[in-house]
Amino acid sequence: MRSGDAGAMAALYDRYSSIVYSVALRVLGESSSAEDVLQEVFMQLWRNPGRFDASRGSLGPWLAVIARNRAIDALRKRHPESDVDDVVVSVEPDLAGEAERSRAMEKVRGALAAMPAAQRSALEMAFFEGLTHTEIAEKTGEPLGTVKTRIRGGLLALRKVVAT
Amino acid sequence: MSTHEQYADDLALYALGSLTESEHGQLQTHVDECAACRRELQQLRGDMALLALSVGGAAPPRRARQRLLDAIAMEPARPHEIARSGRGWLAQLSWVFAAAFAIVAAFVWKQNSDLKQQVAQVQTQAGQQQAQLQQARDIVNTLTAGDAVHVTLVAAKSPPQPQGRAIYLRDRSSLIFIASNMPPLPPQKAYELWLIPDKGAPIPAGVFKPDSRGAATVVNPPLPAGVVAKAFAITVEPEQGSTTPTMPIMMMGSGA
Repeated sequence: MRSGDAGAMAALYDRYSSIVYSVALRVLGESSSAEDVLQEVFMQLWRNPGRFDASRGSLGPWLAVIARNRAIDALRKRHPESDVDDVVVSVEPDLAGEAERSRAMEKVRGALAAMPAAQRSALEMAFFEGLTHTEIAEKTGEPLGTVKTRIRGGLLALRKVVAT
Repeated sequence: MSTHEQYADDLALYALGSLTESEHGQLQTHVDECAACRRELQQLRGDMALLALSVGGAAPPRRARQRLLDAIAMEPARPHEIARSGRGWLAQLSWVFAAAFAIVAAFVWKQNSDLKQQVAQVQTQAGQQQAQLQQARDIVNTLTAGDAVHVTLVAAKSPPQPQGRAIYLRDRSSLIFIASNMPPLPPQKAYELWLIPDKGAPIPAGVFKPDSRGAATVVNPPLPAGVVAKAFAITVEPEQGSTTPTMPIMMMGSGA
């Protein structure tokens, strides 16, 4: 009974561990901490598989967001800010398929490259460094409103490029 | 339904966990109540996923896989979802059937609910049409009744261009009043029609405002039953109407 479960989890790990580990590594910058996040994310999935709602998105994007959030928590040495089951991720089109995901990622990388440097930088500071808008404004010397708008605009630009 | 624009930028920061504790709390309250903003939040997390997935490519060390499987093996057995699925594909299949049944049941319930709504709408429309038909019949009956009192009201002073015609059927308390060439009213004022009975005080018989050509109608205002109309009169009153006429009388006609 248990071996069947472990087999299913191993299959999930084989498919998605690269996504989780890559995000954690990008945020934390070193492999042992990224490995800890990887372990934590999959253990959460193992303990509470029901918290991932398959009707509201595919597993890959959900794990990517959970991995990013857990990595930021680890980076900032804080307790997890939100419970896993709070996080509902909606991506359109659904990126369940490998080929589809690969095409979407090409588009996202293109959109990031085409983004004005200040916007890309604000987005990356918020996403990969977990900086608040106040911290970003202090760091860049730009008004808070500008920082907020750039971050949202950056996210929307990614949505738009994948939807087209 | 669209996102509340005033929350748009902050929703992105909320998704990223970049708001202060108090800002987060305030927005959380709104998100709990607003389906549109919840939907946008889900999409913003989807956008975050795109950014996260774009990193891709790094393979974890081999030992990480074994570490996870060892940790899983150490976990106490619990009857949670994955444990149930451990009975094999047959067990999973039963879950698929159960889920499919639930979806079909939800679909049928939704259809049933939609149909009920449609029936209720049709019934409401039918009721409205019935009421309109009855009103039209009442109008025709009053206009064509042999025992209806026809009264023509003219301006109290010449020239008598404004004209009002009241057709009153006492037995049915039915009154139709048609006015033409009525002078424009001052702001916040309206004309009020009065039924002046044989005995007692004038009875309000409808408030009206003429259109740009001075035309107006009053159809079956609420009136007490069986009142003998000695005359009809029109005064200028506040928009909401009055219970007693304000002098002067603008127009008047006798029922005799």
